[in-house]
Amino acid sequence: MKKDKNKIGQLKGRVVRREDKIIIAKILSDRPKEPELLIEYLHLIQDRYNCLPAGLLVALADFMGLSLAAVYEVASFYHHFDIVEKEAHTNSLTIRVCNGIACEILGSKKLYDNLREGAKDNYNLVYAPCVGACDRAPVSVVGKSQVFYGDIARIKKLRDNPDKVVSLPPYQDLNSYSSQKGYIIFNQLRDQKISKLDVTEILKLSDLRGMGGAGFPVFKKWEFMRNQSKPRVLVVNADEGEPGTFKDRYCLENYPHIVLEGSLISAWVNEVDEIYIYLRDEYPQVRQILENEIKEIESAGLFARGHIKLRRGAGAYICGEETALLESIEGKRGLPRNRPPYPAENGLFGMPTLVHNVETLYWITKILLNGADWYKQNGSPRIYSVSGRVASPGVVIAPSGVSARELIYDYCGGMSEGEEFKAYLPGGASGGILPSHMSDIPLEFGSLEEYGCFVGSGGVVVFSDQDNIKQIVLNLLRFFAEESCGQCTPCRLGCDKLINLTQQETRDEVLIEDIISVMRDASICGLGQAAPNPLSTALRYMKSDLI
Amino acid sequence: MTKTVFTLDGKKIEVDSAETIWKIASRHGNKIPHLCYRDSKDYVENGNCRTCVVEIEGEKALAPSCLRKPTNGMVVHTKSERSIKAREMVLELLLSNNPEPRGNFKYWLGELGIKSSRIPGEEKIESDLTHPAMAVDLNKCIHCKLCIQACREIQCNDVIGMSGRGSSSLITFDINDDLGNSTCVGCGECVQVCPTDALATVDGFDLQDDKAFDRKVESVCPYCGVGCQVELFAKDEKLVHVEGKNGPANHSRLCVKGRFGLDYVNSKQRLTVPLVRKEGVKKDSILSVDPNYIRAQFREASWEEALELASRGFKVGIREFGSESFAGFGSAKGSNEEAYLFQKLIRTGFKTNNVDHCTRLCHASSVAALLETIGSAAVTAPVINCLDSDLIIVAGANPTVNHPVAASFMKNAVKSGAEMIVMDPRLNGLKNYSSHFLQFAPGTDVAMLNGIINVIIEEKLYNKQYVDTFAEGFSEYSQHILKYPPEKMEPICKITATEIRAVARKIASANSAMIFWGMGIAQHTHGTDNARCLIALALLCGHIGKKGAGLHPLRGQNNVQGASDAGLIPMMYPDYKLVEDFKAREFFEEFWQVDLDKKAGLTVVEIMDAVYKNEIRFMYIMGENPAMSDPDTAHARKALSKLNHLVVQDIFLTETAAFADVIFPASAWPEKDGSVTNTDRRVQLGSKVINSPGDARPDWLIIRDLANLLGLNWAYDSPQDIHNEMTKCMPSMENIPWKRLEEEGSVTYPTVDKKTPGQEIIFSDGFPTKNGKGKLVPVSITPPDEKPDKNYPLVLTTGRLLEHWHTGAMTRRAAKLNALEPHPTIHLSPIDIQRLDLELGEIVEVSTKRGRVKLAVREEPFMPEGLIFLPFCYFEAAANILTNPALDPVAKIPELKYAAAQLTKIVS
Repeated sequence: MKKDKNKIGQLKGRVVRREDKIIIAKILSDRPKEPELLIEYLHLIQDRYNCLPAGLLVALADFMGLSLAAVYEVASFYHHFDIVEKEAHTNSLTIRVCNGIACEILGSKKLYDNLREGAKDNYNLVYAPCVGACDRAPVSVVGKSQVFYGDIARIKKLRDNPDKVVSLPPYQDLNSYSSQKGYIIFNQLRDQKISKLDVTEILKLSDLRGMGGAGFPVFKKWEFMRNQSKPRVLVVNADEGEPGTFKDRYCLENYPHIVLEGSLISAWVNEVDEIYIYLRDEYPQVRQILENEIKEIESAGLFARGHIKLRRGAGAYICGEETALLESIEGKRGLPRNRPPYPAENGLFGMPTLVHNVETLYWITKILLNGADWYKQNGSPRIYSVSGRVASPGVVIAPSGVSARELIYDYCGGMSEGEEFKAYLPGGASGGILPSHMSDIPLEFGSLEEYGCFVGSGGVVVFSDQDNIKQIVLNLLRFFAEESCGQCTPCRLGCDKLINLTQQETRDEVLIEDIISVMRDASICGLGQAAPNPLSTALRYMKSDLI
Repeated sequence: MTKTVFTLDGKKIEVDSAETIWKIASRHGNKIPHLCYRDSKDYVENGNCRTCVVEIEGEKALAPSCLRKPTNGMVVHTKSERSIKAREMVLELLLSNNPEPRGNFKYWLGELGIKSSRIPGEEKIESDLTHPAMAVDLNKCIHCKLCIQACREIQCNDVIGMSGRGSSSLITFDINDDLGNSTCVGCGECVQVCPTDALATVDGFDLQDDKAFDRKVESVCPYCGVGCQVELFAKDEKLVHVEGKNGPANHSRLCVKGRFGLDYVNSKQRLTVPLVRKEGVKKDSILSVDPNYIRAQFREASWEEALELASRGFKVGIREFGSESFAGFGSAKGSNEEAYLFQKLIRTGFKTNNVDHCTRLCHASSVAALLETIGSAAVTAPVINCLDSDLIIVAGANPTVNHPVAASFMKNAVKSGAEMIVMDPRLNGLKNYSSHFLQFAPGTDVAMLNGIINVIIEEKLYNKQYVDTFAEGFSEYSQHILKYPPEKMEPICKITATEIRAVARKIASANSAMIFWGMGIAQHTHGTDNARCLIALALLCGHIGKKGAGLHPLRGQNNVQGASDAGLIPMMYPDYKLVEDFKAREFFEEFWQVDLDKKAGLTVVEIMDAVYKNEIRFMYIMGENPAMSDPDTAHARKALSKLNHLVVQDIFLTETAAFADVIFPASAWPEKDGSVTNTDRRVQLGSKVINSPGDARPDWLIIRDLANLLGLNWAYDSPQDIHNEMTKCMPSMENIPWKRLEEEGSVTYPTVDKKTPGQEIIFSDGFPTKNGKGKLVPVSITPPDEKPDKNYPLVLTTGRLLEHWHTGAMTRRAAKLNALEPHPTIHLSPIDIQRLDLELGEIVEVSTKRGRVKLAVREEPFMPEGLIFLPFCYFEAAANILTNPALDPVAKIPELKYAAAQLTKIVS
């Protein structure tokens, strides 16, 4: 994107134009100019124009006292921002077709090709990564409205007449929640009817693990926070982006208050000053729900105004990685940090930070309401997301340690009509791929590791004899290549090179193994370390399918 | 510092826990490969290339040794199979996309024995060659982000970003603009630190290639007063490359001029033989812009003949007109030794004190105020002291343009938490770093500053203890300041009373504040008054003599401090001993073995006036260009053309040399050894790396030979010789013999003996005044000399551009610098451009009572209405044709910053 060469009459570089300054002043009026709000403000411009015209970026930089480079490098990192030289160069509507693995095996590429005609002058067409509705594949997003099951008629209807407002699904609002023991635990804590130690004890007894993927014991996290300095921050990781995963969406779309109460409880026990909820922008309905409900409980006096801050993601899977998430809340590119130090010690804005996944907070509330015993007796349940070639895909609340076979046949109505179970992903795109004859392994922390796999966030995608394993592996590798932040050599180059080498007629398996090793050994974060998993496990267990 | 015990490659080691594994290993002789980590001052670890990974027992993944610090009991293996394999793979991956490696990358490939890559490469990106000095080849980029650190954290020019994501992420400039069209200022820091030459000089100089140069020296940059240390590389008697060196004033940083602008030395326009005015060719006061026309007025001569003609002209002059008709302009760009020798020739050879240099046009008012109030002729603390300030004040200065490396430290300080207040009628590059930018009306400095001081005194915010101990005149001063409340000052200086109060409170409550100032303060008929206000501000708040505090007039030339110290001024001998002080004169008469003129001499502008009136008829000018730098050049040039005998010594045929009778071709900075003193009072050594072209000679040698022909009998055989003499008559140089400079590279004065490091921050215990106290001098408002009127409704101010130096003698002949800014332009506010119905780039005429120039219109977005700006480096549109020669009564500095002007469209 280059601009016209400088004429003799101008100082070097772009200058702020008066008309652009006026527009920014109108959009942002007297909002604070803290640099951390950059991404929030870029959203306001993108929402209004369906793009980020360069002139407005210059005016935004001027408004916030930031350099052009600082604004541009952040805006260009996030794929939901469409930077153009001029507004006229793009369309006012963007249609995204999901290329997540569950959607791609169910025909999203065809859907994308179908929509190609008539694009360009009328709408921007993007083949985009997993939008978190894998159980209703193939999915497209027209503007901000998700359309399921490849409903092309509905897509076209929305294309011609886009929804102005996001339609909300029915959910448990404050009234409903309050009538069902809502905020009882939080109020008991506030009234000191139960103590912070009591709560931590219960969680210790329950042995609740983090549900974001790492599976770290919750009570241990809380114990560690006790020794940290103040002020402290709680960050809710609602950036669910692992392909095949939609359980956090389920929690927030249906039971937002269970999650909110879990946040308030965690914040209270850990003596935290502020709560940030970082929500992926692919869930605009969830955003509206949260905005509404946070306002409700604020009005109800449960906490001070501004105690809970909602921050929007902008189309970057890597921001689900906790330190990249912190960077994003700080208004920067979502680059994972080198550790140590860990967020508990030095996190958001340098403060000790407690990070929790949405589902974890869901279970915190549930466990405190029903007891540690209840939780353990039910087999330490967790929410699996099952999609792909099964008859009834969707969320499954099952004891942790359930197997893929049980999920398919006992919970999801078996395989789809006429399809034969061939393989599955136990933990989204990063948890590896296993053949059907290895589908009895318990899907819990610690059981899959010896096979080079892991359960992670519990996104189980089921494949049948209709699916090509090599194409699946390539889809997953492409996902990581697309989502890699690009910071470190092994991941930035390794992802691309593995795709290239996998596609070769005769694969150089020694070289592939060498690249896999350096990605595992030397990447900065989990994305680089796990990205080779689809390929390494396919080579290990399904080599003959990799032609 | 807590100690840590850990195991490194099988050996138990005890270390400070503050050191990284990489640094510890390096100390033990094990240099772990590294690319994104630069072991250099001020740079921090990036930890992204993963070339330095090591194995830590118990950890799943390998760890970057550049970042990790050992903990007790840690077991580290730097040479395990796993770590070595990972490093090799990292390099092999990088090599796949970069088949022609250069720089550090090439070095480490060699060290690890990696000659090729099994991995397929990818499509090439086009190079960006839009910048005259730097080439961008992102195919070589390894995303180490050292350039981002260089640009955003070190130099804080904020141009480079890493945009996009993943493997398609790229280094970009501004909003993904070509380098040549971006806000890049060409400091080249990114090029200096890039480990792969993805960002490189267009010349492609390869530091790794020892055939690229045949000689290398350590030296100092010849441009501004920051005094950046450099490494100069020469090949075949040409200067081919400049690297930043880690000097105390610059930490290896440079600016575009120092890094890319020293090729003027190689210019074909260099004077290589002595020139003598042809018989009967008259001097024309209307200066032609055609260099050939000027050159044709002279003929070549031998050194013998030229020196003979030069000295004869002077000897005749002394006989027929006497010493009072003589004057000399010495150079602030030459060495200390040359400056000292020059003033010695004028005083002992011409027997007059009419010797001066361009400080008269620069900080004369600042120095006058400092000497008057605190007995100092220099700064009280170095630039780098601002890193310890909690408040930095920048008044009437534009350091991002004129002292870029100094500005980088100010910006570093702000990034680390310091607050900055800028006072300038023109918005400048420090805008985004300042919490308060006081854009006051031009020429109203005293109103604004008195308003601020009024608040500090009225609200009793001043540092009572400091004032009682170290200041005098407080009661009179505080009475006087009652007349200047902020509400009364607001309509004058156009800064609101609220803002004045806010700023006053900030200044008074700061722990340590540094006050930097420049020509905006100094170049006024009330310049001395302006400086008096700033000094009063510091005295009242106690911001002198401690860490983070101080008064710092940013000295312009590389050796203006040194030239002044060496006595190149009419009213003082070396080290500021008054000429009219009997004891001082006695000392120098004894030291130099001659009788000396009892009267103080005339200053630069006064000398020009005297020449104009035929009172002065004989001049020797070395390394100065008054035909371009003096205000009202029409007058100055007429004066120069009247001289009976003018000898000019310079490296180029400058505008001043055009009026000479004899021209001596002299040495450029990299062609001689000599010491210079920077703005911080650091004396540093410049070294010779190439010979002067043709028959050009070192300045000190020419002065000596001329002196001998005048009968002075000087036997100096080297710059060291001259320096040696200086140490005997200058207390500031007493403990800084040449040998010490060679050994230490940089010595700050004052220094108590020959070994103890010099004192950077001074006056912590009082001032070198009679009673040890500083004077608070009350100041009244004096408006600028020439106010706008119906015929001349605009205010013209002058100054500099980043890429050019002063009158342009050097930089217009530096290819890359001139390519960056080749055209003279007048800077206006967009509002005025619209009001006057002008187009960008349109040629207009700018005039004042003294003259007119034609040049193109340029838009400066935040310029206040009614103010226009003209840089004084373009001979085709010389700014000083327009400027006002009215002088400050104390310092005799002209009001170069304010004149009434008119701007008209040219109707064809």
